[in-house]
Amino acid sequence: MSWTFVGIWLGALLSLSLYSFLYKDNPFYKFAEHLFVGMSAGYWVIYNIKNVLIPNWWNNLVPAEGGFQPIWLIPGTLALFMLLRIVPKLSSLSRMSLSLIVGTGAGLSLTAMLQTNALAQVNGTIIALGQGGDLLSWISNIIIVTGVVCGLVYFFFSKAHTGVVGGAANIGITILMVAFGASFGYTVMARISLLIGQTQFLLFEWLPTMGIHL
Amino acid sequence: MATFVENLGRIDRRIIFIVMALSVVVPLAMRLSLPIPIGEGPSKDMYDAVEALPSGSTVLLSFDYDPSTMPELQPMAVALSQHLMRKDIKIVSLALWPMGVSLGNEAMRSVADSLGKEEYTDWVNLGYKTGGGVLIVRMGSDIQSVFPVDYDGNPVGDMPVMDGISRLSDFDMILSLSAGDPGVPAWVMMAGDRYNIPIGGGCTAVSAPQFYPYLGTGQMVGLLGGLKGAADYETMVRVGVENPPAGTATPGMAAQSVAHLVIMLFIILGNISYLAGKKKKGGAK
Repeated sequence: MSWTFVGIWLGALLSLSLYSFLYKDNPFYKFAEHLFVGMSAGYWVIYNIKNVLIPNWWNNLVPAEGGFQPIWLIPGTLALFMLLRIVPKLSSLSRMSLSLIVGTGAGLSLTAMLQTNALAQVNGTIIALGQGGDLLSWISNIIIVTGVVCGLVYFFFSKAHTGVVGGAANIGITILMVAFGASFGYTVMARISLLIGQTQFLLFEWLPTMGIHL
Repeated sequence: MATFVENLGRIDRRIIFIVMALSVVVPLAMRLSLPIPIGEGPSKDMYDAVEALPSGSTVLLSFDYDPSTMPELQPMAVALSQHLMRKDIKIVSLALWPMGVSLGNEAMRSVADSLGKEEYTDWVNLGYKTGGGVLIVRMGSDIQSVFPVDYDGNPVGDMPVMDGISRLSDFDMILSLSAGDPGVPAWVMMAGDRYNIPIGGGCTAVSAPQFYPYLGTGQMVGLLGGLKGAADYETMVRVGVENPPAGTATPGMAAQSVAHLVIMLFIILGNISYLAGKKKKGGAK
């Protein structure tokens, strides 16, 4: 009996246990759920120690070629501060680490986020109508520009949504609904894809271990 | 009749689950095959962008997902690896998600073995590093400061596949297979827009609508969205190849289509039942 065989059977039995929730809550589902949560937590702790803490911090603090680099005590101390959240009297120290993370993250991504998700998109909308192309692209460009403008009008609350403004807002909300519908359709596809993946595993990997070949 | 129609809206949810399960199991078990027409769109754009790369180019392939999204993203990883390696394009891979390392390795090794490509010469897996966007920014100036060794501990500087590659702008294209954050947005923001490198890749169907604006502005050269995107790419990669290896996305699309039909049917039945109930209530008044 190989480890692959054991793995396939474990995967199959746990999958079926989880799917059994669709009938009703039961001990098999509870067992699989708790096992998953426990295994995930344990796995992440070990993975982060081995792949993040040791190579990124410990190996720099105490290099293999010898010596000791005290500068690396600073990130170590900040990491320790994060863990002090579980000690009520010292939990405020974690704010120092958190502020560093938030400050670095915000500073790094502020301009990039603005450029990528705002300015580039605005730029794309401005040039859309002026671009050449066939009739379909021209219609598509008009829909994009109209959709963006009317969508923004819908979120403009300093004027009552009546008359022209109301009409534009209605077009805006309609465009938003179409976008939400497309998003929902994609979500359905994603969930069915996961079911398909697990079904392929059960049909073409698990059943053959019992001599059933479809 | 009205009662029957009204009762349609009160079907036990477990019956719906059974019908949904059958709509997936039966097409897969019967190996039902439906045509996958590929027209102009993000998948074709992705294929054309890779096809336009000359042999000897080097592409950065980032595996930013874990097993929970394998059914959608792993077929993309295999198909993209096949396309790149067949065109003699070198692959330098890494992962912004920890589990992406082994999944990417699995995909690339299987393709490399079948095509006779050598690790460290034609492809390499640098491994996982935490940091997301910060990591990408650092790679923009010096890759080896972030990845001095690959995931096996071999010095990256000694590898032939890394010849002429010292920073992100040395890559001809960056591809990200993304299940969330960090993933495609981080690569577009921190690499594509900053260093003007073509960005492409694939994502789960859930996140595809979020990335479509990047296609319209040219911030991405192409995008594979969900299982459909994976099946499109599998189909395009198989064209003109003798005995192409079987993929998992294409067979899954038949089940996907049947399941979607069943969902549409249930939505229609639910609405008919709702309208019938509403009409009856209106009549009673």
